[in-house]
Amino acid sequence: MAEATANGLGQHTLDSARTHDATATSVTPTEVHQEHPIKLYLVVWAWLFILSTCSYLVDYFGLHGYLRWSLILIFMILKAGLIVAIFMHMAWERLALTYAIILPPVLVLVFVTLMVFEADYTLLTRMAFFGAGP
Amino acid sequence: MAETTLTHIGRTGPRPAGWQGIAADWSSDQRAFKNVSWGKAMMWIFLLSDTFIFGCFLLSYMTDRISTRVPWPNPSEVFALRIGGSDIPLILIAIMTFVLISSSGTMAMAVNFGYRRDRRKTAVLLLLTAALGATFVGMQAFEWTKLITEGVRPWGNPWGAAQFGASFFMITGFHGTHVSIGVIFLIIVARKVWRGDYDVGRPGFFTSRRGRYENVEIMGLYWHFVDLVWVFIFAFFYLW
Repeated sequence: MAEATANGLGQHTLDSARTHDATATSVTPTEVHQEHPIKLYLVVWAWLFILSTCSYLVDYFGLHGYLRWSLILIFMILKAGLIVAIFMHMAWERLALTYAIILPPVLVLVFVTLMVFEADYTLLTRMAFFGAGP
Repeated sequence: MAETTLTHIGRTGPRPAGWQGIAADWSSDQRAFKNVSWGKAMMWIFLLSDTFIFGCFLLSYMTDRISTRVPWPNPSEVFALRIGGSDIPLILIAIMTFVLISSSGTMAMAVNFGYRRDRRKTAVLLLLTAALGATFVGMQAFEWTKLITEGVRPWGNPWGAAQFGASFFMITGFHGTHVSIGVIFLIIVARKVWRGDYDVGRPGFFTSRRGRYENVEIMGLYWHFVDLVWVFIFAFFYLW
């Protein structure tokens, strides 16, 4: 009976097996609870405030061109990294999960490249047919 | 009985790290995410799919903005507020950013107190997170009202490229919906924590699975994701 259900590998059977039998924990790797000191969260919180202020100041001081765009991207990536790594605990997960989740969105950049070419082409066509703007 | 069957799942001993760890974890017809419960793994996969949705919204916004001949309205001026006789650029958006980041901070601490089984602090922090989220949605409603009265429509606006309105309403609207749903879920989870459901392992009414404090962390993943999306919207739509 027990074999039949445990072979299904359902989470429910895993859970019940673990509570029934202490040796099961040595067989299955235990699910890790993410417990970290509160201070870490407060430090990250403060950094997110600092980085947000910085990116707001980019607009407030009216920076332009590549300086503006690169600063916006740097602050954005730093903030996103802090949220995913610390708040969402990705820094402590096993690499198998990290790569399964982080890698696919990075591949969206291929799509971005395609659409940059496509949009440039659309703009050129519009200018050729309608002139350089109203 | 149970032990013999469970040996199918994995072997004892430390697992390899790094690239070898990836190969070992994924191979041999076994459970891929070793120390993550299915609830958490499925939330991550849901968030991955949601990433693609928001990625596509931002992509279409980029395509619209590059391909239009008409100048794009300057977000710095469009979202400026008149406070004390002078226009302060983007001030409402900046405040919204700080409110959402703060809600992420309280959420992270709620998860922490949940694992310490501090029922009261967890529930209070969850409700605080929900309140900050509701504040964010309220400010967004104010922003929408302001822009609509100024004549912004999905098909046009007084300042430039017509695509501005469509992108704005679609992207911020979808994000606001996510925040609103998150607020509702936060209140539900806070009620369960307050009642002690996760201490006694009371089954959920929908899944009938035993409640655990990990549910707070899974809720937290969703909430942090909403904050994460806002980071990208703030950078690409409001600042660019």
